[in-house]
Amino acid sequence: MNEISKQTKIQHLFWRAGFGASPQQVREAAKKPLTEAVDGLFRDSRKDSPLDHLSSAEPGYNRKALKKMVRERDTMAPEKKRQMVKDLIKENRGKIGDLNFQWLDQMGSGREALREKMTLFWHGHFACRSLNPAFVQRQNNLIRGLALGKFGDLLRGVSQDPAMLQFLNNQQNKKDSPNENFAREVMELFTMGRGNYSERDIKEAARAFTGWGFVPLSGEFVFREKVHDAGTKTIFGKTGPFDGDDVLDLILDRPETSRFLVTKMYRYFVNDTPDEGHVGELARRFRRTDYDVEDLMRAIFTADWFYDARNIGAKVKSPVELLAGLQRQFGLDFGGKQSVLYVQKALDQVLFYPPNVAGWPGGRAWIDSSSLLLRMKLPEILFKGAELAVRAKDDGDVNTEHLANKENKFLNTTVDWTAFEAAFAGLRGKPLLDALTASLLQRPLTPAQQTMLLKKATSVRDLALAVATLPEYQLC
Amino acid sequence: MNRRTFLQSSSLATVGTMLIPDFLKAYERRHLGEAPGTDRVLVVIQLSGGNDGLNTVVPYRNDVYYRERPRLAIPAAKILKLTDDLGLNPAMEGLKGLYDDGLLTVVNNVGYPNPDRSHFRSMDIWQTASGADQYLRSGWIGRYLDARCSGTCAPHDAIEVDDTLSLALKGERVKALAVQHPQKLYQQTQNRFVRQLAEVNHDEFGPVDYLYKTLSETVSSAEFIYEKAAVHRSAAAYPDSELARRLKTVSEFIQSGVGARVYYVSHGSFDTHVNQANQQERLLRQYADAVNAFVNDLKNAGELKRVKVLTFSEFGRRVKQNASGGTDHGTANNVFILNGAKAGVLNEAPNLTDLDEGDLKFSVDFRAIYASLLDDWLGTSSEAVLGRKFAGAVKV
Repeated sequence: MNEISKQTKIQHLFWRAGFGASPQQVREAAKKPLTEAVDGLFRDSRKDSPLDHLSSAEPGYNRKALKKMVRERDTMAPEKKRQMVKDLIKENRGKIGDLNFQWLDQMGSGREALREKMTLFWHGHFACRSLNPAFVQRQNNLIRGLALGKFGDLLRGVSQDPAMLQFLNNQQNKKDSPNENFAREVMELFTMGRGNYSERDIKEAARAFTGWGFVPLSGEFVFREKVHDAGTKTIFGKTGPFDGDDVLDLILDRPETSRFLVTKMYRYFVNDTPDEGHVGELARRFRRTDYDVEDLMRAIFTADWFYDARNIGAKVKSPVELLAGLQRQFGLDFGGKQSVLYVQKALDQVLFYPPNVAGWPGGRAWIDSSSLLLRMKLPEILFKGAELAVRAKDDGDVNTEHLANKENKFLNTTVDWTAFEAAFAGLRGKPLLDALTASLLQRPLTPAQQTMLLKKATSVRDLALAVATLPEYQLC
Repeated sequence: MNRRTFLQSSSLATVGTMLIPDFLKAYERRHLGEAPGTDRVLVVIQLSGGNDGLNTVVPYRNDVYYRERPRLAIPAAKILKLTDDLGLNPAMEGLKGLYDDGLLTVVNNVGYPNPDRSHFRSMDIWQTASGADQYLRSGWIGRYLDARCSGTCAPHDAIEVDDTLSLALKGERVKALAVQHPQKLYQQTQNRFVRQLAEVNHDEFGPVDYLYKTLSETVSSAEFIYEKAAVHRSAAAYPDSELARRLKTVSEFIQSGVGARVYYVSHGSFDTHVNQANQQERLLRQYADAVNAFVNDLKNAGELKRVKVLTFSEFGRRVKQNASGGTDHGTANNVFILNGAKAGVLNEAPNLTDLDEGDLKFSVDFRAIYASLLDDWLGTSSEAVLGRKFAGAVKV
């Protein structure tokens, strides 16, 4: 790759800091200096659009309604009770699917692209599952609100969030029989990374977190002093009668925490292979600014090296990025949640159902024989309503299994071709192909590929579809 | 079969342009040099989430077991007895049947030094065959492929019956194939544009090249497996579970001469921090019934003699139950071999009084089991795959 065009750099920024952009948006942004595009992204993300699918009046969310249901349930016959629970679980799954659809739409069309991208990053970082849609919405909104703020606030918020406390079994973490799950994952996955603490640190931290829980129906955080172990603990060589808050402070005090977080963010936003020099510099900065996420992201997006050739088109899009990117680039309207959920399931990234506490592995792990074929076929499926020829993973996971079993046609999906075609008006043949590839791909094509594509298609639509089918379209 | 007849009889020849020299060499070598249906096969079943080994192979005469697990311990009367002090979870009648037939080997206390109690890390360690302080990006079965054919193995020389590929099957040079339904995979590669793409010159940038390499290999392997697997449909009855369906697919691949040396399937989740009993019993029953059907299917087809099955989990669970009717992450665990070198319980029962912070101590390194399977069964140097010598400690 020789000289990198400004268009490619702008698109690089929009892809990494968001979910790509339409050809028109890129053209507008290219008229101004790159730094203005960066400023614009942060400006657009000042606001925060919480998911609001679940109103407080809905059953399963409202505390009163839940209490009433539990009371009624207690007087029911066992058979009826079971059915009621079954129905409730099904209804809840449906609601989590609605939340998924709303969130994806915000990624694919909302103004706050950067905030949504950060929310997605933190969702994978603080990987968590909950069967309670109210808790799901609550955690997602918590993360969205704090996504660009101080990491310490986000960590504390998530650590006292009902979905997370439940997921990592801290509700069961009591003085008489500590449950280490929460303490371990906080250190290993949320802050320090393996190798920077001892098994003893975990056992001691678990004692400090005893008593952290939530009120089952409302989800409010509660400190249950009676089951808290107030004794002396030794963590990272420091000794005292620490509680959960103290442990988080001790963790944030460690330089390893900044390094671990910055490395992970560098991999996510810049390159799967971290540059030790850049990471070290950013990690010192992150620590110095008391973990200011906005400052860190601005430093990344304004760094010269961010726009180096080796970082451009070097990331495999996650399935969610792929979907939201198609929506932004082509003005796609999915026409309903079913197709969106199904594609997520088939490609192994269903929002709100990360595979485990470590989140989605990312990078080349997204690509294997079967996922690559499906990804390449996806634009055709969406643009032409083609039937999806593969069955989504039937993995015995009751929470997402239902997504695999639907009739999956994509007849309701529409593309805003008028707007898309307008961006390439007057172009034909090779110049049209050049303009389309410059817009849809972050890497150049070889002459052989160009010849092949020009033989295959001539119209803007067909050629755009062919380009979006290329393996290169999987990269951003 | 000579080269010419091979080419004529293969669908690879009819499509003409899709031939990839390395694969062709590998196919040819196999077809010319080795009669079909004689290669030894290893099937790996991964129990994901950390299966509680103490409630799987139960020390039903051990007072400590009953004392530490007042809620979870299984009464001795219900245990399916294997020896004077060990027996199977009552849900595992299917496995007990195989034990009675002299087909089951139980290896106790399998683990590694400085055990890691994190699922992901410990699963990484088992899948990459690394030490606890070592980070490897390739899996042991992937490196077996690397070593076996000097980089010219085809992806389908090891197959994971799933939609995505586990790290265990990703080598430095060769990545195995993930496939659940051969016909569906084949249909996807029959598109003309996909075929053209698989051979066109592309940007040499690493990530781009990786995608194109994956595409070419997929197209070739999909054709090969489709052609082979169309031959045999197993008529044997399997229970209704996902694991059983996957093992049935493995059986069909073995019997049709797909020729993979290793098959990999997963079953779970065994992460039973809360209300363990029901969940674990359901999963163990599915496991035992599925492997029972699988082994009997192969036996009836006369294929069992060339198939070994390894079952492992990333760790066992703590000796003492927790306050939620479950168990927390532990360390050493039992491993099952079906059709192993020597049937029965291979070594001493777990010692519940000599613990490491509440967890069992290991006595058999899991890599010694891998080493035996590599050297003695698959015929590939374990040192080349594992990086050092583990052989000799145990023979399975």
